Amino acid sequence: MDWSSWWSTYSTLVLSIGVYGLMAISIYITLSCGLLSLANAAFMGIGSYVSAVATMQFELPFSLALLLGTLTPSVVALIIGVPVLRLSGVYLAMATLGFGEVVRVVALNLDITGGPLGLNGIPLLTEWWHVLLALILVLILLNALRHSKIGRAFEAIREDETAARLMGIATHHIKLLAFVLGAAIAGLAGGLNAHYTFTLSPGNFGFENAVDILTMAVLGGIQGLIGPLLGGAIITLLPELLRSLEEFRMAANGVILIAVVLFLPQGIWDPRRFRRWLKKRATHVDA
Amino acid sequence: MLAQQIVNAISLGSVYALFALGFTLVFGILGVINLSHGGIFMLGAYAALLLISKFFLPFWIAIPVAMIFSGLVGLLIDVLILRRLRQRQASHLMPMIATIGAAILMTSLAQGLFGSEARRFPLEMFNDENLKLGNITIPLLQAGITTLSILLMLLMVWVLKRTRLGQALRAIAESPRAAALLGIPVERLFYLTSFIAAALGGTAGILIGLSFNAISPFMGQPMLHKGIAAIILGGLGDVRGAVLGGLFLGVAEVFAITFLSSEYRDALSFGLLFLMLLWRPQGLFGASATRSA
Repeated sequence: MDWSSWWSTYSTLVLSIGVYGLMAISIYITLSCGLLSLANAAFMGIGSYVSAVATMQFELPFSLALLLGTLTPSVVALIIGVPVLRLSGVYLAMATLGFGEVVRVVALNLDITGGPLGLNGIPLLTEWWHVLLALILVLILLNALRHSKIGRAFEAIREDETAARLMGIATHHIKLLAFVLGAAIAGLAGGLNAHYTFTLSPGNFGFENAVDILTMAVLGGIQGLIGPLLGGAIITLLPELLRSLEEFRMAANGVILIAVVLFLPQGIWDPRRFRRWLKKRATHVDA
Repeated sequence: MLAQQIVNAISLGSVYALFALGFTLVFGILGVINLSHGGIFMLGAYAALLLISKFFLPFWIAIPVAMIFSGLVGLLIDVLILRRLRQRQASHLMPMIATIGAAILMTSLAQGLFGSEARRFPLEMFNDENLKLGNITIPLLQAGITTLSILLMLLMVWVLKRTRLGQALRAIAESPRAAALLGIPVERLFYLTSFIAAALGGTAGILIGLSFNAISPFMGQPMLHKGIAAIILGGLGDVRGAVLGGLFLGVAEVFAITFLSSEYRDALSFGLLFLMLLWRPQGLFGASATRSA
């Protein structure tokens, strides 16, 4: 098969790997700060709708549409984050899930989002290098963040929030920052996603999607930035790889989820386990 | 008209309450959000359907058998998944993800075995007699559904508040370690809780299946959402709260359909939940001001 026909068959899949890599990273940010937020699918939805409406109805340039798609969910996150982040653990998970359902139903009932039919005929503006560039920029930004004072504050809050507060870390502001940053990345991913899938519908951003995104991060591992990327790629590819199982395809998906939680609790990409393996091999050689 | 709506609301709400009761029981005692509860709900409905339409069992045998079957599914999930996570003292994220996996597995199996389209109970088994109270008519089926769910809830509350078993369960809810030191067989009671919770969830599935007469592999997911909303409205882990939360949700939904429009019905449960969490994170009946579960 030559390159151009391969690309026309698989371009959506390849772009999805990148976009869902971004989504997994967006939930990784909040998880790394100890927050179990499931709002990222909704933020992705907001970003998708805002940028699609921007290019379709207002005929704005793609770059500006993406910017709007990134900023709008960030502002929403800033507004709901103040009250919602008072919650923690499962309460936060439930509240953010609730927010997601509210967003879905609003999209279902508004005229500008096309109601239950969604939006059709979104211009195909996303090129492969847009996704790649977005991924690289986000990775550079987050890598810098991880090694900064703020990144260490994330870790401190995750380990022990009370202790972190007593050490003088403004925990509320830091958590809000993680929440908003996650929303921005999810919105960007949504804007990119909308401009190669052609259509958008409210059902794309509901509970299942929220859960899928969480699964990507946990499957890949949340020790660093590579894990979520890997998880995003695996979950995106899995339906294709399991195509031969036909109607039991989803069953395999479920079994994999259970197996990962039971047997690979740190996720697939676990630097500590790799180090242990290396050490074992090294001691073998010494003996 | 209004009285009729109130009857419908109580009927729907009592089934929601039954579902939420099982859900909250697992959270209160095992400390786990069991996201496969919706899947068990769906399997319970299918079990009853098969027993009635394929094995021609009468109602009063099929329902208890399907209840026990659902309970066994819950027990299986506990033994295979939750027990291992307990032993490892995994974070609360892990059981959530593993039970999502179990729910996906159940939905997919049901889809593969029974097809995606909605199935119905044989029509001839319904008798369309009505109870008449003044100018309110209550179909006999609806009355039976409501009565059964209220009886089961009362039974559960009685067990939890008035028996030795309930005392032991409440001790575990307080602190599993302290309960174990007192000689309570904690692990065995975890199994029992999973069994009972799943049996209640499965029963809710049977009753919803009967009252709407439509059973599909996908019926569990929306119910799970309602269950989550109900127990948060009432206060997580609180049995009385789950029952009242479920009833409240049923009433709110019926009146939303009557007075607003049906499109907003699904927004309602989560909209309420969202507002509730912002206003009173501990739920309507929760006592403590802050919770950090």
